[in-house]
Amino acid sequence: MNYVMSFVIGGLICVVGQIIIDTFKKNNAYLLVFLVVTGAILGFFGVYDKLVEIGHSGATVPLLGFGNSLAKGAMEEAAEKGFMGALSGGVIRTAPGVAAALIFGYIVAVIFNPHGDK
Amino acid sequence: MKYNKDNYKKVVDELTPKNKILKNCVMAFIFGGAICLLGEIINDSFVAWLSISDDEASPMTSVVLIGMSALFTGLGWYDKLGKIGGAGTVVPITGFANSVVSPALEFKKEGFILGTAANIFKLAGPVLIFGYFSSFIAGLLSMAIK
Repeated sequence: MNYVMSFVIGGLICVVGQIIIDTFKKNNAYLLVFLVVTGAILGFFGVYDKLVEIGHSGATVPLLGFGNSLAKGAMEEAAEKGFMGALSGGVIRTAPGVAAALIFGYIVAVIFNPHGDK
Repeated sequence: MKYNKDNYKKVVDELTPKNKILKNCVMAFIFGGAICLLGEIINDSFVAWLSISDDEASPMTSVVLIGMSALFTGLGWYDKLGKIGGAGTVVPITGFANSVVSPALEFKKEGFILGTAANIFKLAGPVLIFGYFSSFIAGLLSMAIK
């Protein structure tokens, strides 16, 4: 059941993204920024956790889940450490993903060559 | 309606974009759903094999998906998937990884520091800045409310 819900919720979030792409016809960077900020807002109001309960990876894998982790990390650390927690909480929570993207990305870019056929 | 030489172009214009958007949405649903399903399978595998909680497995799943996406981008496969899957390959975290690797590869010819390393943030930079900024505001607001 979790697998079905992951597929359906994840798929639906991507459909929303596709509609945004087809409607506004902007660079993908706009969509990525929109998703992260929206995820953080939904995370702040505690709405996104309910979606994660229903959709599991279908809600955590899309970039909205990244925004949700950012907001939740900052809020939890802020409750413990105050201002410094608000500053660092989101960064700490999402550090593995960001570091992985940068480090793996750099290694891949060093090993492989660009594909010139586009 | 009869199709003749005069209204043919108009009919095509009316029909094409709508069908394309529908098709794009179906492909986005399938590809995005498949990537999230893959994430759930990886997540469950970590929980089962390492006997850890769901909360601990979630970042590990992200790291694995990001690693796979980076490799696929290096091999040139991710862009091919992206042409079919559209937003289905952009919205998941794998799309973020792709947006890190693509400019890094593209600017390789300008050197490993000013080319690859400097341009690795070209698309990821905006995401991280807006993401960190909104998390900071969320943290501050949560303090103010309490």
